[in-house]
Amino acid sequence: MITGYPRADGRKGIRNVILVAYLVECAHHVAREIVWPYRDQEVQLIGFPGCFPNAYAAKMMQRLTTHPNVGGVLLLSLGCEGFDKYSLRKTIKDSGRPVETLVIQASGGTRKTMEAGRAWVERTRALLDEQERVPMDLDELVVGTICGGSDGTSGLTANPAIGRAFDLMTARDMACIFEETGELIGCEQHMATRAATPDLAREIVASVAKAAKYYAVLGHGSFAPGNADGGLTTLEEKSAGAYAKSGASEIVGLIKPGDIPPSGGLYLLDVVPDGEVRFGFPNISDNAEIAELIACGSHIILFATGRGSVVGSAISPVIKVCANPVTYRKLEEDMDVDAGAILEGRRTLDQVGQEIFDLTQTVANGTATKSEALGHAEFILTYKSFEPIGPSCLPRAS
Amino acid sequence: MASSDPAPAPSANRDNRLLLLRPEDNVVCVCANLAAGDTVSIDDGEITVPEDAAVGFKLARYDLAPGDKVLKYGAPIGSVTQPIAKGAVVHTHNLKSDYLPTYTLTGDTRFIEATP
Repeated sequence: MITGYPRADGRKGIRNVILVAYLVECAHHVAREIVWPYRDQEVQLIGFPGCFPNAYAAKMMQRLTTHPNVGGVLLLSLGCEGFDKYSLRKTIKDSGRPVETLVIQASGGTRKTMEAGRAWVERTRALLDEQERVPMDLDELVVGTICGGSDGTSGLTANPAIGRAFDLMTARDMACIFEETGELIGCEQHMATRAATPDLAREIVASVAKAAKYYAVLGHGSFAPGNADGGLTTLEEKSAGAYAKSGASEIVGLIKPGDIPPSGGLYLLDVVPDGEVRFGFPNISDNAEIAELIACGSHIILFATGRGSVVGSAISPVIKVCANPVTYRKLEEDMDVDAGAILEGRRTLDQVGQEIFDLTQTVANGTATKSEALGHAEFILTYKSFEPIGPSCLPRAS
Repeated sequence: MASSDPAPAPSANRDNRLLLLRPEDNVVCVCANLAAGDTVSIDDGEITVPEDAAVGFKLARYDLAPGDKVLKYGAPIGSVTQPIAKGAVVHTHNLKSDYLPTYTLTGDTRFIEATP
């Protein structure tokens, strides 16, 4: 049994975070200064840097500020930016959370806005700290997975171990989300065989074709130099390894950033924008994908790494599963799970999969992950554009 | 981590420094850092490793010729560009993607396309 904080929409959170959200880069500094004294008290910084409105960014901010792990939100506006702060505030207020908007141009500038913001944070922290955790069923938990800093061991140990953990979770009707269609190029036909319906299978194949086209236009796949330094040679080799994170369950849905799984089961998150190539690379770094998994309701992120990523995230804890035993020995303080032990014959895939499943529940109950304890709370959000998902993408919901 | 944890040998290859993922694969995965000159077993043959090979890299299970598809996880991961001798490292110098080019960093700070 796990516990969580009850929210008005019926979901439960495993953390009780106060978000300070800047609505344009021009308000970033003031927002960061407000957060800084309280950074060890579950007060975290997110934001959108652009001055011009974007429907994707607006939806992301709505989903993130009403995420079950979030207890209250302070919005930081410069005053003249295009972000619709009024509807965001209304969405948060309607969700039953404490919310305040500070407009720097109307609040007397940097210093006065910082003082007002810190006073609000202190009052709200005290209020939220009185909330008590209540029992929460495992099937109320949503878990996302990503791999980053991959190398030749990622697909041998950490990714398939996460796949085993996902199989344990979906068997308990938990919602599990895997992603990055651009890192699944070459796996689309196999994914199609796992789809709940033929129409969903077609949607999945089309989503990967869209990613391949998008990356071809950009002239660069989702492949970093460190991947090759770690023994990965080609994009399709990286894909095959990344795909192992999804386990062996039936794929019950295809969602886009900000879509919340309507039931338990395994979902593919399509992170590649629709339409003509605009706004540059789909995901400029791992935290952009983590933010999207969280916007889909993920309470916890399982992060497989071979080279050794150290990032965490705002809002949801990140469990670092280290694929490479050599990396683990170098970066042990940053790693939650030693999946590289599989390569050295010290553990089996099933043992590590079970360890990840058990650790997910421990972390849900409040134990800090390595990245949380080290203060990692990265966040990035940029411009994108999406069409809504098609009617075949969630066959169980219709 | 207790070294006495019960765990089966990770490899279908009898040398557990190398891992054969699927019977149809024509590469084996390196599970422990190997140095040039080390002797390893691939299938039933002893091979002297011609170059250093770090954990996560791949060695050719057979002699491979340009145009051959390399199979790992039983799936094609690209095409061979240079003759590869059994036991040699298979990487960006002799294998290219069938989808998008692979980019690597050299000593300076620019992205350059790996020349297969």
